[in-house]
Amino acid sequence: MTTQTLGNVANPALAARWRRATSEPDWLRWTLIGISLSFLALFLILPLLVVLYGAFEQGLAVWTAAITEPDALAAIRLSLFVVAIVVPINVVFGVAAAWAIAKFEFRGKSILITLIDMPFAISPVVVGLIFVILFGTQGWLGPWLAAHDLRIIFAVPGIVIVIAFGTMPFIARELIPLMQQQGKEEEEASLTLGAGGWKTFWYVTLPNIKWGLIYGIILCNARALGEFGAVAVVSGRIRGETNTMPLHIEVLYNEYMFTAAFAVSSLLMGLALVTVAIKSVVEWQTERSRRSADTP
Amino acid sequence: MTAALQAHSVKRKRFGSRNNRVIPGFGLTMGFTLLYLGFMFLIPVGGLLLYTSLMSWEEFWKAVSHPQVVASYKLSFGASFIGASINLVFGALVAWVLVRYEFPGKRVIDALVDLPFALPTAVAGIALVTLYASTGWVGQNLEVWGIKVAYTQLGVVVALTYIGLPFVVRTVQPVLEDLETEREEASASLGASRLTTVRRVILPALLPALLTGYALAFARAVGEYGSVVFISGNMPYRTEITPLLIVAKAEQYDYQGAAAIGTVMLVAAFLLLLVINGIQWWTSRRGL
Amino acid sequence: MSIEIDRINKRFGDFIAVDNVSLTLNDGELTALLGPSGSGKTTLLRIIAGLEQPDSGRIRFQGEDATDLHVSDRGVGFVFQHYALFKHMNVFENVAYGLTVKPRSQRPSKKEIRDKVMHLLEMVQLDWTADRLPSQLSGGQRQRIALARALAVEPKVLLLDEPFGALDAKVRAELRRWLRRLHDEIHVTSVFVTHDQEEALEVSDRVVVMNRGKVEQDGTPEEVYDHPANPFVYQFLGNVNLFHARVQNGVAKIGSVQIAAPEYAGQQDSLALAYVRPHDLEVLNSREEDALHARIDLVSVVGPTVRLELQTDTSDQAVHAELSKHQYRSLGLVQGGDAWIRPVISRVFLRDADSP
Repeated sequence: MTTQTLGNVANPALAARWRRATSEPDWLRWTLIGISLSFLALFLILPLLVVLYGAFEQGLAVWTAAITEPDALAAIRLSLFVVAIVVPINVVFGVAAAWAIAKFEFRGKSILITLIDMPFAISPVVVGLIFVILFGTQGWLGPWLAAHDLRIIFAVPGIVIVIAFGTMPFIARELIPLMQQQGKEEEEASLTLGAGGWKTFWYVTLPNIKWGLIYGIILCNARALGEFGAVAVVSGRIRGETNTMPLHIEVLYNEYMFTAAFAVSSLLMGLALVTVAIKSVVEWQTERSRRSADTP
Repeated sequence: MTAALQAHSVKRKRFGSRNNRVIPGFGLTMGFTLLYLGFMFLIPVGGLLLYTSLMSWEEFWKAVSHPQVVASYKLSFGASFIGASINLVFGALVAWVLVRYEFPGKRVIDALVDLPFALPTAVAGIALVTLYASTGWVGQNLEVWGIKVAYTQLGVVVALTYIGLPFVVRTVQPVLEDLETEREEASASLGASRLTTVRRVILPALLPALLTGYALAFARAVGEYGSVVFISGNMPYRTEITPLLIVAKAEQYDYQGAAAIGTVMLVAAFLLLLVINGIQWWTSRRGL
Repeated sequence: MSIEIDRINKRFGDFIAVDNVSLTLNDGELTALLGPSGSGKTTLLRIIAGLEQPDSGRIRFQGEDATDLHVSDRGVGFVFQHYALFKHMNVFENVAYGLTVKPRSQRPSKKEIRDKVMHLLEMVQLDWTADRLPSQLSGGQRQRIALARALAVEPKVLLLDEPFGALDAKVRAELRRWLRRLHDEIHVTSVFVTHDQEEALEVSDRVVVMNRGKVEQDGTPEEVYDHPANPFVYQFLGNVNLFHARVQNGVAKIGSVQIAAPEYAGQQDSLALAYVRPHDLEVLNSREEDALHARIDLVSVVGPTVRLELQTDTSDQAVHAELSKHQYRSLGLVQGGDAWIRPVISRVFLRDADSP
């Protein structure tokens, strides 16, 4: 029956009616696609368009003015400063954690993986609260910090700390499964050929995790720039001093300066779009390398 | 045999037995990982729990059971529940469509699914409130039907649905990709209709991934702050979520009240993580 | 360079992978470590390489203790089962790797490296692949590149872990003949691990049969095949028939058949098993005094040989016999008919707790 209809491609009516056992009829397929795309349009596309529209509604000059105004520049500068500290720390942490977890066997490994994941599950405002209680003026170390003229809460160090906390898992989460899947044979081969640990890492491991690391860095970067709840608690929102980009957006929005708020938002949105685009490229790359490794 | 060997090798290796390891760097990387986790995560979180534990039981109970706080729990958990449920249905559908069907623009759509994960929550917040306000592109159309979204509990659901969107899709998608069509063909060849095959063969295989995605979306939603505060209107007893209460209390220097509620949230997060790990353990044990 | 393995022990938890193994592998020999999976052969190889640390015991290269030398200082060439080629480097870079990672003071010049790598690639007959990535090569080609890479650092010993395990039958056969010829050319002390008895017998100068972490037998391929030391080796190397027997005064009796077993001269009425390979079983078409009666259950012709499955009167277990097509025809045997069988060469082992 099957072979007969398959062989009968010359007869278009039969060919059209013949359907694989594991697919749905056209009408159902397109209905499902339609529902999915409507849902995604409502939740993914419309918010993008509304940000773009809000940002550029009054022309490019207004947009440029909004993002070059001193408070906006201060917020951008602060956000970039924080990222410049937090991302390298997370790279070191992520690579170290992934190396320890993927290349060695030890007790409590799954507990360690869960611990690394945990900051992701904790509400950002709770993260902020934790550090306010530790370092705030009314907090545990507050009096001691005040006596030594150190400020952490309502100052830049507090912002750096909460963002580092919140973005801790991102690079490690990218690298751990990648390095676990790659195993340790190539590293062993490198060692038998006389290379030491650092050379092995540099020449063998790093090229193999390159794409995962790049995506981890980009994602960590986007999340660090966008962190809001935790920063809202510890920053004190001092204009020009402790306002990061998202806090600046909030301030502008609450002061009904919608165009300015959307203008700054459009910068962060652009970065988010770059992030998902890079993820897509990275997945395509790893898929390609996996496929070429499979076929002899 | 290999499995038994691996199980044994897990037992064999202990912390610190460095001379047993041929690949270098265990002490260095493990040491740094534990040190960093300890200082950045365990000590601070322990600090919060310790701070709360220094309160008397009455103080703690008063802080966490105040009617305004209880109302916020109901909203936070209720809206997260609804949001995650919406994502369960639509997430599974989107994953199915992305894996099984071809249509123009599929790659772009696939990439965009991660957007709520990468987009700063404050940006999402002002975008959603602008869309759903009574003057917004979506809001004005709903107004005609008498539906108000912005500054209502429905608005909270919309925001929490938005930020939970990637989770179900991204957990189900790889499982669906790995699902051999052979099993479906077997089901069809045994006389099952397509619907029966989906119900009896495909859905059970996806169940662990669906549950994991659901729990992840729920966990993320419960703690969410940035995207909600703009659209919710923050009216006490009505549209005030629990994280907002924590921020408000912290801003008024009511650290005890904030810490008590924060501890409740922390425990909820740990429990959810436990559930997620439990699902994954159960899945790997069943070899799905 | 000789390798001395001195009372090596290695456990993984409760599992004893290597159980007090001592061996000396001579300079220039090609040795096969042969055994079923889980017999400890790969663990032993990795211990020699320095990829695993033994719990106790010493490894010496040419009398010098190497046990505490780190793998990167040990100077061994190791060929991994799945090649472990560096995916992101081309073939040339892979082979050159061991030379380029040497400390600056010991590193050869660029030209020396190039000449050496090209020479090695010519030796493995793959010089034309220098610019390709490992993913563009076939399995057999990857294996040869892995070998060239290991040889580039001029290792004192060459260790190969299931070198042909991942290849299909035809490439396997070609490659192992090639490895034999290569070894005859370069004469570096080599050890390879395999679970394939044919491979071990064909390629190596010496076969070490391992089981459950212990060495069962150690000898030339002819020795281990023709004179298996114990029932395990007998069964592991090729097919074998088992006959229940009784040993009395140096003679084993299987029904009416008598086999000389002078090594058990002192035994009185002991239970024993006689091991007979299918091609060491003579098949007759008429009754003889010292042959067992059997019925021919199945005749299968495999190319030039004929395999018979027979059922004796005394045992439930089928007996397998192999003879040439020519013999089969001249005997006039038929499926379902009668035959008489007589062991030509056999080995008798007393039954103890260990035997099957």
